[in-house]
Amino acid sequence: MTETTVRIVTGETKENWFSRFKVVALAAITLVAIIGKFYLPRLIPNTEWLELPLLLTVYFGLMRRSQIASLFFGAFVGLAEDSLSPANIPIGMYGITKTLVGYFAASVSLRLNVERRGIRPLLCFFFYFFHAFFYWIMRRALLAQMVPFDLQESFVHGVLNALVSIPLFVILDKIKLPVAASPQIRSTKWR
Amino acid sequence: MEALLGRFRTLTVLLIVIVAQLLYLAYQVKTNRDERLIRVWAVTAVTPMAGIVEAIRQNTIGFMRDYFILLDVRDQNRRLLAENKELRMDNIYFRNQLLTAEHARALVLFQAQSPSKTIAARVIGNSTVATAKAVFIDRGSTSGIEKGMAVVTPEGVIGKVVSVYPLVSQVLLVTDPTFKVGVESQKGHIHGLLDCGRGKCVVEQIQNEEKVDPGERFFTSGEDRIFPRGFPVGTVVSVQPGQGMKDVKLELSGTPGAAEEVLVVLQGVHQSIPVAPVVDETTAKMLPPPPPEADGKTAPAAKPQTEADKVLQKYDTLGKEEGHVYGAIGSTVPNFNAKPAAESKPPAQAAESEPAPATKPPVPTLTAPAPQPSVNTGPALPLGAPRRKPPPPAEPKTPAAEQPPPQ
Repeated sequence: MTETTVRIVTGETKENWFSRFKVVALAAITLVAIIGKFYLPRLIPNTEWLELPLLLTVYFGLMRRSQIASLFFGAFVGLAEDSLSPANIPIGMYGITKTLVGYFAASVSLRLNVERRGIRPLLCFFFYFFHAFFYWIMRRALLAQMVPFDLQESFVHGVLNALVSIPLFVILDKIKLPVAASPQIRSTKWR
Repeated sequence: MEALLGRFRTLTVLLIVIVAQLLYLAYQVKTNRDERLIRVWAVTAVTPMAGIVEAIRQNTIGFMRDYFILLDVRDQNRRLLAENKELRMDNIYFRNQLLTAEHARALVLFQAQSPSKTIAARVIGNSTVATAKAVFIDRGSTSGIEKGMAVVTPEGVIGKVVSVYPLVSQVLLVTDPTFKVGVESQKGHIHGLLDCGRGKCVVEQIQNEEKVDPGERFFTSGEDRIFPRGFPVGTVVSVQPGQGMKDVKLELSGTPGAAEEVLVVLQGVHQSIPVAPVVDETTAKMLPPPPPEADGKTAPAAKPQTEADKVLQKYDTLGKEEGHVYGAIGSTVPNFNAKPAAESKPPAQAAESEPAPATKPPVPTLTAPAPQPSVNTGPALPLGAPRRKPPPPAEPKTPAAEQPPPQ
């Protein structure tokens, strides 16, 4: 596949995807994800591990394939989460972490075929772990808050988030499916 | 330069965004200022939706039960539960007061103190930070809630108010890693700090010399200026000596993460720690009292070993027979030439009248046979040293036997 083909295919996919996946819809889904994190543990006990905003950031980064747009999206989601965090945690902690997640997710999508179903849960697991570890590092280094980091717990939560990402990404794929690149083009692209 | 920036455009944007957020973060930390406006906007935007979802859940899901199955039983039950919680809070207070009523100042305390003024609130949402334990409650500044107020349930402490908005407040739970509570033990009144940061709740700052038992209850000490003194915190699960400080693990009596209805303490009143129930010592397994010491003081019937002892015993007997008290002023001088009554009796009679070992100890049930008084006259040997056979029991000495053989 030539570079021109890649550019055309990628550009077309992005254009179609973003043209239908409107900004308003994106904002609504983001809001739902944040409210879900805010309210879901009350509705279903022991679901604090579910990181819907993070999964949404990863999905956006992987599918948008634009590093700048993804990092801004990550910053937006992170800052929105920060504003609902306890008052002893200043605003910006999640913002920085999710900015990096969005950037790296978009960077990965430029080098890997992220439309394969198998690779996306793996990336979700990796980004969950990176997110949790980086957030812990920042709380210790910047805020001097000696909170513990449970490696085993983070591993389990990462696996659970990766499992949740499978149906979630399928649903999000369905939302943008009518506008995605046709199967022929996609198969040509990655063959 | 322009070409360089163009080439690394994405990295440049990333750095700018990160640095901007870092500077903003540093500004907040440096000025110790909470960005209230942003938080108010976010909370105002999100909490109504959470409230609506909660209301929909309660009203729609519970509709069938409320109106078709149980009619108003659930409503009545809810009201009774709320009333029950209030009564339990009062009960804790009055029980504490009654338990301390035996003390002299109890009446004064009872009259002077009044129960803490509280307001009921409902938990409507969690924090977005998974590692930070915080919840939102549906009472805000319009209900008189202020930052720093304690949040409790009748079972135990829950947390403290960290942010107040007009209609909601944010409560940092005691299980948050950054939250510590001043606690006090029930029996020894030992003070410590409750820390639930590592998954399990531990009481810190208790030295190894202090005595804390498993099963002992801890209450708030009031030293943290958040919780009034006397609220139950939890029960000790295990106590292990550590490096300088004890490792005291605690099980919280309240359930901070699962509480749905809480009480915010508007005006806290310190209460006294309830007195620990007295342990029934009669039920405890106790050893019998030790046998009396086998020295000269407690064994007056010991046989004299030397001539001086014999003279001393003779004079002592004479003094007792004649009613003389040695050293007393005005006491008549005894006749030292007279023979004691015991010596004047025949040998057999004297042997009968010889006092039995006066220090016959009570037979203990769990100890070895008590040592006979004034029997062990040999030197104390170290463990493992060869010992000679004990000499056969000596014949009871009589005055006749003590007579020197005829020359």
